[in-house]
Amino acid sequence: MPPTPCALCKTNRALIVRPKDHSKLCKACFIQVFETEIHHTITANKLFHRGEKIAMGASGGKDSTVLASVLKTLNERHDYGVELILLSIDEGIKGYRDDSLETVKRNAQQYKMPLTILGYDELYGWTMDQVVEQVGKKGNCTYCGVFRRQALDRGAARLGVKHVVTGHNADDIAETVLMNLLRGDLPRLSRTTSIVTSTPSAASSDPKSHTNIKRSKPLKYAYEKEIVLYAHHKSLDYFSTECIYSPEAFRGSARALIKNLERVRPSAILDVVRSGEDMAKLVPGSDDSCGGNCANGAPAAEEEEGGCGSSNGRTAGGEMANMEQQLAQNELATENGLEVEITAGAISGQSHSSGTTPLRNREKKTKNKSEAVASRKPPKQVMGKCSRCGYLSSQEVCKACVLLEGLNKNRPKNAIQVGYEAQDTDNADSMATATSRLRNVQIQAD
Amino acid sequence: MSEEKRKDAVQVTVEFSGGLEMLFEHQRKLQISMAKKGEEVPNVAELVSHLCNDVMKDSRKDLFVLDGTVRPGILVLINDADWELEGEDQYELQEGDNILFVSTLHGG
Ligand SMILES: [Zn+2]
Ligand SMILES: [Zn+2]
Repeated sequence: MPPTPCALCKTNRALIVRPKDHSKLCKACFIQVFETEIHHTITANKLFHRGEKIAMGASGGKDSTVLASVLKTLNERHDYGVELILLSIDEGIKGYRDDSLETVKRNAQQYKMPLTILGYDELYGWTMDQVVEQVGKKGNCTYCGVFRRQALDRGAARLGVKHVVTGHNADDIAETVLMNLLRGDLPRLSRTTSIVTSTPSAASSDPKSHTNIKRSKPLKYAYEKEIVLYAHHKSLDYFSTECIYSPEAFRGSARALIKNLERVRPSAILDVVRSGEDMAKLVPGSDDSCGGNCANGAPAAEEEEGGCGSSNGRTAGGEMANMEQQLAQNELATENGLEVEITAGAISGQSHSSGTTPLRNREKKTKNKSEAVASRKPPKQVMGKCSRCGYLSSQEVCKACVLLEGLNKNRPKNAIQVGYEAQDTDNADSMATATSRLRNVQIQAD
Repeated sequence: MSEEKRKDAVQVTVEFSGGLEMLFEHQRKLQISMAKKGEEVPNVAELVSHLCNDVMKDSRKDLFVLDGTVRPGILVLINDADWELEGEDQYELQEGDNILFVSTLHGG
């Protein structure tokens, strides 16, 4: 094949095919375009403020390495006036982080950025090796994952930094959107798809508290393929690993699905991200809207949505239509013998995502049914704060604090672990069971 | 090796990165000689099946090849260009080509 010229400069040989639009670019133009798009993500969403100190979660992996490289470049090119530091978490697994932390240390020198490495022992009083010693190999991934979710926030709080940026890319977001959909967990979509998340505004006034840390994802719209190609063409120094504890089977399946879709239709990844954003707006309890549930003021919504019940007056035509769809869907779900313990929120999400026409003539009958379904087991979807540590949590006490309590009491097994094991089940027949069990142990996660 | 510079073979450089090297005993760079069958020049598809069947010792073959082709999520660069620009697995190997396989699937 003759060399294809770059679509932008028309001179250099094209080396890259962009997944989002199939455009063929040369190396220099690709790097320029990739950086410019992230600059637009940052400015359009007003992610940064001049004078702000920002901690970048750094693992030495491709995403965080590219994030550090791009943010450093953009901060200088566009004079954001932000102070960038690297923050790495050491789980305390002997040998596991040695190579990746060495990579982060080299990155810190290459980018001339200060680096802080904090261990699980400093943050939680337990290294992962100590956890494994106590609970055994099976189920320790639960601890690692739950602790990891809070580690950057806790670490940033220690450093007096209010803003943490992570390297989550479009593929990661799409994967999580799919997982939430497949679990019927629409309430979590909002946090998954938000480019910025922060813990409740009623945060502690303690400056060292990790309850008011802002989190953002500047690479949210960047394809993993382009992140890897950027690292390759800029010869960035990054580290790859297989998690020594096998990845969650369900996430692995979602990942494979995303990659298969990408091969057939590369735009699918960003389409899933956008769909997730749109659906999140419709989910009760999200930042953007109370959604159909609250608008109707149905008992389930009033009980479970806290303040949302008072939003009756805000009911708009669109929300009513949504409500009708939801009610119809509720009945369909019941008739089809689907999982009856699915939360009202999850059911409303299903209806928003399906394109079905509202079935008006069934409204009354289905409403009763939906109430019956909802009242059997009140859905829990309020995001509050952990009463122990103040971390964002849908439960009274967050997962990390529950796990820590168990560890500290020398109690090796607890109910949460059982829930996580159910989550790993790939067998379709047991999905419903797994979903209902999971609901009781909702893990608040990204 | 005696295979080098044979007229009836094409010699290419194969590289693995992004974590893929772990499936190939941590080798990042290999010299591979692909025999020609008469006038027929070996293509990338044949190179991939040779790598999978004869070179790869790791038993998890599906982490490299899935459904007869390179697993989705693994990028293939032919002389630094996306293989989509070169005809994907039908690209006919030329002496001295560099074929890079990069995993996007591994974590960091
Ligand atoms: Zn160009
Ligand atoms: Zn807590």
